[in-house]
Amino acid sequence: MKYLRNVATLKLDAERCIGCGVCSTVCPHAVFDIIGKKARIVDKDSCMECGACARNCPACAITVKSGVGCAAGIIAGMLRGTEPACDEGCCG
Amino acid sequence: MKKKYITGSIETKGGEIPTVSTSIDRMDKWGAFKARCSIGRMRYTIRPGLYAAGNPDQDSIVLVSANYKLSFDVLRSSLHGIDAWILVLDTKGINVWCAAGKGTFGTDEIVNRIEQTRLKEIIGHRKLIVPQLGAPGVAAHEVKKHSGFTVIYGPVRASDILSFLENGMVATAEMRKVNFSMRDRSVLVPVEFVMGFKHLVLASVVFFLLAGLHKGGYSTQVALTAGSRSTLILLLAFLTGTIMVPMLLPWLPGRSFSLKGLIAGLILIVVLGVSGFAESNIIESLAWILIVTAISSFTAMNFTGASTYTSLSGVKKEMRIAVPLQITASLTGVTLWIIGRFV
Repeated sequence: MKYLRNVATLKLDAERCIGCGVCSTVCPHAVFDIIGKKARIVDKDSCMECGACARNCPACAITVKSGVGCAAGIIAGMLRGTEPACDEGCCG
Repeated sequence: MKKKYITGSIETKGGEIPTVSTSIDRMDKWGAFKARCSIGRMRYTIRPGLYAAGNPDQDSIVLVSANYKLSFDVLRSSLHGIDAWILVLDTKGINVWCAAGKGTFGTDEIVNRIEQTRLKEIIGHRKLIVPQLGAPGVAAHEVKKHSGFTVIYGPVRASDILSFLENGMVATAEMRKVNFSMRDRSVLVPVEFVMGFKHLVLASVVFFLLAGLHKGGYSTQVALTAGSRSTLILLLAFLTGTIMVPMLLPWLPGRSFSLKGLIAGLILIVVLGVSGFAESNIIESLAWILIVTAISSFTAMNFTGASTYTSLSGVKKEMRIAVPLQITASLTGVTLWIIGRFV
């Protein structure tokens, strides 16, 4: 199953990439592949913007606007005037 | 209260460490069932700290987990025949993946928990096996910098830990992927159902009260018959969005959840029409088409939070289109339904 096309905010700076491969290890949707000692985004539409890759990239080569892909969380955030956030009692 | 999953304790250089059973008993299953149904879920916690599975020594592996008891139970029951330490972080009773998203399952908590448990005195090596889904909150290189521990990302599912260890701590591509199988989806349905149910009850009460309106004034008799009928349709629309859509997710057309919900709602409308449950007057029929699709679309859209593959940008995009339509449809529907009372 795939979600909407062309929405993910994931970006990879190939210049900075040191080819350590941690992004492809932590990505739960096989968005990255390591090709010729460099990471490459091979399936951008599968990105769920969890932020695991960017958080673990030691070279700061990845940016993604991470957050919860959760309608209830977005509504709760709008009502509270905060960023989208899971409500207590929602994620168990 | 004695915790049955704690079987004893081990003396270590860092103090006494409780040992845990690697099997799940009836109480654990009952607790899991209740948590799955959203009963006392935020209180289904265990004390953060260090635990022992089997009979670990200073060379044994250290596995990191969350203090949500369901997460902890899944982990310990996957460790049959293994000697391991379990480092339980304080995630406020939230599972690993959600807590990592919030940052409570994170770098700082790992570093602090290592100190608090005196882990460095208890073990001789400096490796931690962190569940892969903890990665959104954990920066492996930062953990290394602040604690000296190397983070090894274990598989997504605890059930793969044995194979992962046998494979020399290397995960296969399959172990690294999150799925969203029929079983994965079905265990999430009860929570979605319970979360939305109070709104359904509230709506039903309003419909019951308004159902008695007619040209001649107000009739309790009409309120009961028309109210029951309205409640049944509302319930069916709600069940369509909270059960039918999650179950049929891969096969419903479209990619956005709100569209899948809309289509499922239309299927329900057709079923109601064919089964002779349709309204006699056109205004009321139109009202129900709008109300049913608004409910099924909205509740289906809410399943994005339970899914394992939707992104924030994507959900925002579908909401920009869907939410105004859902609001318009439900308000128009309710207005038409009230007008229909007087026709």
